[in-house]
Amino acid sequence: MDRPEVESRLKALLVSELGLDEEKITPDANFEEDLEVDSLGVVELLMALEDEFGVEIPDDEAEGILTVSQAVDTVIARLG
Amino acid sequence: MERRRVVVTGLGVVSPLGLDLASTWSGLKEGRSGIGQIASFDTSNVKTTIAGELHDFDPENYLEKREARRLDRYSQIFMASAIEAVAMSGLDFTSSERLRERTGAVAGAGMGGSDSFQEGILTLHERGADRINPLTITKIIANMSVGYAAIHFGFVGPTNCTITACAASANAIGDATEIIRRGAADVMLAGGAEAGICEFVIGAFNSARAISTRNDDPQGASRPFDADRDGFVLSEGGATLVLESLDHARERGADILGEVLGYGMSTDAYHVTLPRPGGAGQALAMRWAMEDAGVGPGEIDYINAHGTSTAANDSTETAAIKLALGDHAHSTPVSSTKSMTGHLLGGAGAIEAVASIMAIRDQVIPPTINYTTPDPECDLDYVPNAARESHLSRVMSNSFGFGGHNVALVFGRL
Repeated sequence: MDRPEVESRLKALLVSELGLDEEKITPDANFEEDLEVDSLGVVELLMALEDEFGVEIPDDEAEGILTVSQAVDTVIARLG
Repeated sequence: MERRRVVVTGLGVVSPLGLDLASTWSGLKEGRSGIGQIASFDTSNVKTTIAGELHDFDPENYLEKREARRLDRYSQIFMASAIEAVAMSGLDFTSSERLRERTGAVAGAGMGGSDSFQEGILTLHERGADRINPLTITKIIANMSVGYAAIHFGFVGPTNCTITACAASANAIGDATEIIRRGAADVMLAGGAEAGICEFVIGAFNSARAISTRNDDPQGASRPFDADRDGFVLSEGGATLVLESLDHARERGADILGEVLGYGMSTDAYHVTLPRPGGAGQALAMRWAMEDAGVGPGEIDYINAHGTSTAANDSTETAAIKLALGDHAHSTPVSSTKSMTGHLLGGAGAIEAVASIMAIRDQVIPPTINYTTPDPECDLDYVPNAARESHLSRVMSNSFGFGGHNVALVFGRL
């Protein structure tokens, strides 16, 4: 799976699962500060990512995901 | 010191008869049934296939998508009714810090987020504990309707949640009234909601032999006081009242819809589901409510009964009304709007309070529909099958819950 595909599927998840505004979802957007996703929302997002891409994201790695591009990086790394 | 008077300045309803006050109230006056075949899940594994579902309820008509998706359906329904009630009251919580500090809410729920509970358990079994949605707890807990109302509207006064089964939202209205009476708030939202139409809840009520299995006649299934009743019909929905101290309402020139005159509570201390035979427990709640309202048994012009359409409730409630009203019982009209709405559980007391207030406003008693065969143990005037115009000054509303909780409220015109 290439990066643009991961990005577009992640974006679709953020819109459908978290109800975010599509226009605000940029690679540098910070989940908590820019997208107003609170701590519960981040947990939801991570679980949705795991389901969507069939990967497992360990808790210590999850804590380092603050932005959209970091989430994409993590998924790509986990997909191997 | 004279007790602060509490009035009603806003009403909101979401019911199987309609998604707002106007449509629900006209349905009640027309004697319409809101019951039908369950469409929200496949009923092939449960005995009862009928319920009172909402039609075309879209939470995003009331809440931002981001708000709506975090709430269980019961809280979405409560919020929809609260938004209608607040709009009717004309209160604007953004207008003053003082108003926000002097406003609170009490809401009732019989169970809370039943559907989210079922979903969480299914996920646990199918996919494991670590796949349970992180919002599950906040959706399930029965106080989230009221907690979220404060988040949405921004008021910061007293909030609480009543969990007394089918009496829950009647307790909410009574408790909110008392909070205003003792001066801890000037404005209170009060009501409740339930959304329990899922396989788990229907199955559990079937096991308890509590709900009707008249699947081939959904609109005739809720038949309170009729000899052929065979259990209540589960419905979803809710209602909210905006309560205010009389002084606060007058100062801001609010349209006053009615007054909360009395609140009575008692407990059967008898059985987990069955009412105490003879109705003494229920009668006690009615007596306390009349005493609190300062009225005698001859001054109640109409009783909106709990009237669930179960064998035990309707005959016991009839006996209780006779105990509480004495010689006046036979001359006092009694009707059960559950014949039309079905049983909203934690939302029942609130929607029936709305029906009581609207009855006084319009001087019309909503009927008990599906009343065809008299039961010798139910021999009062049940306003059968058609609404009746009547002079109404004071109306009593009864609500009784599993566990033996008995609540009566008395409403009046100002």
